[in-house]
Amino acid sequence: MSKAKVARKSTRIDMTAMSDVTVLLLTFFMLTSTFVKKEPVQVNTPGSVSEVKIPETNILSILIDTEGKVFMSFDKQEDMIKTLIAVSKEFPEAYQYNVEIDTETGKLTGDPEDVKLLTKFKILPTFGADIRQMKEFLAMKSEDQDRVLPTLGIPTDSVSGVKYANGSVKTQFELWVEKANAGKSTDDKLRIAIKADQKTSYAVIKTVMNSLQTLKENRYNLITSLKQANDDKQSH
Amino acid sequence: MAEISNEGGGKQKGGKVKQKKISVFVDFTPMVDMNMLLITFFMLCTSLSKPQTMEIVMPTNKENIEEQDMSQVKESLAFTLLLDGDDKVYYFNGKPDYKNYNSLHDLSYNANAENSIRNTLTDRNREAIEKINELKLKKLNLEIADTVFTREASEIRNGKNTPTVIIKATDAATYKNLIDALDEMQICNIGKYVIDKIGVGDEFLIENKKTNGEHGLKYNIPK
Repeated sequence: MSKAKVARKSTRIDMTAMSDVTVLLLTFFMLTSTFVKKEPVQVNTPGSVSEVKIPETNILSILIDTEGKVFMSFDKQEDMIKTLIAVSKEFPEAYQYNVEIDTETGKLTGDPEDVKLLTKFKILPTFGADIRQMKEFLAMKSEDQDRVLPTLGIPTDSVSGVKYANGSVKTQFELWVEKANAGKSTDDKLRIAIKADQKTSYAVIKTVMNSLQTLKENRYNLITSLKQANDDKQSH
Repeated sequence: MAEISNEGGGKQKGGKVKQKKISVFVDFTPMVDMNMLLITFFMLCTSLSKPQTMEIVMPTNKENIEEQDMSQVKESLAFTLLLDGDDKVYYFNGKPDYKNYNSLHDLSYNANAENSIRNTLTDRNREAIEKINELKLKKLNLEIADTVFTREASEIRNGKNTPTVIIKATDAATYKNLIDALDEMQICNIGKYVIDKIGVGDEFLIENKKTNGEHGLKYNIPK
């Protein structure tokens, strides 16, 4: 009796080609994509037919949620720290950071505790808190910050703002925007982009727009998502 | 492919060189695993498309502007849009007529409705839209360059007899309403539009319209 001989074939598959493909895909994704910024609140932007893309750098984005809480994010970390220190100085009752920034290297020197706080602030993707509570907020653990942040927001009312001797009042929101652009030439001024939820009340948008208007920031972008206009109606 | 045949290490035996083939087969499976993992990570954590934006230019604060510097709008060309809550939108032509609540007309955001903003505005702006369509055709046929198109289109949009739209929103309106209204400006090729603060008079008009004139009987016309 002869046994049927089964030809033994190696089950090994050459993965080189597969590896080539995956590396290619990986390179593509790494080069084309930008990371999603962590936002404290979920915002559904309204659709529009506008096809203008947002510029990539030098952006000060203002995030407004459905309830009208305002958050901010910068794309340059040095700007963030500079602005925070400048805004704190306007409020004598707020915590004053005893830190110097090296203009060239961006290195922080000064009180080690404060340097620690500001380094934590610098890496926040989006922030927004009353300047008087900022120190407590920064001292929190990062998980706690994520939990608390959606309930905070930058105050836009004049009550919590700063009152000057000549009677004029600036809200904290106005101060943040003003200080962010302070000492910058028109060319490298931060471009303001407003990202608000569809359902946000116009009353809130109005306060933000009015604040920007008093600061003479008359050009800004409204972030929307793409929507197709039906063309047959357009020619109608 | 991933094999490297290595020749060498042959032993000498009786003058004859016997070569032993050592095949070095590199297994790429773990490499693929890792790459796949990385790809998944990048796909989930990044946004490929940049968000769309709408650029707007707001007027400077009125406090510092003299009367003579303000731009005047021809009454026949002024078109005021009033955005109210519950997705309601109204318009009136020229100056508001506080006595007659019917001077305020209902509009709809829905482009397919009879009284949509789009239909109303395209009617007003027909001349400019036709010119722009011609221009678009020229651009499609490569008769004119892109830059020429942009320049000429904006000239047509800001032409003499095109309507000027004033957008006013009540506090009850939502951000979406505002964006929708701004969107219609773009679709209808309106070059001159402005977002203005709502006045007491405008709110009076809306209230009057809602109650079919009853509000106007009870309260005085605001100045």
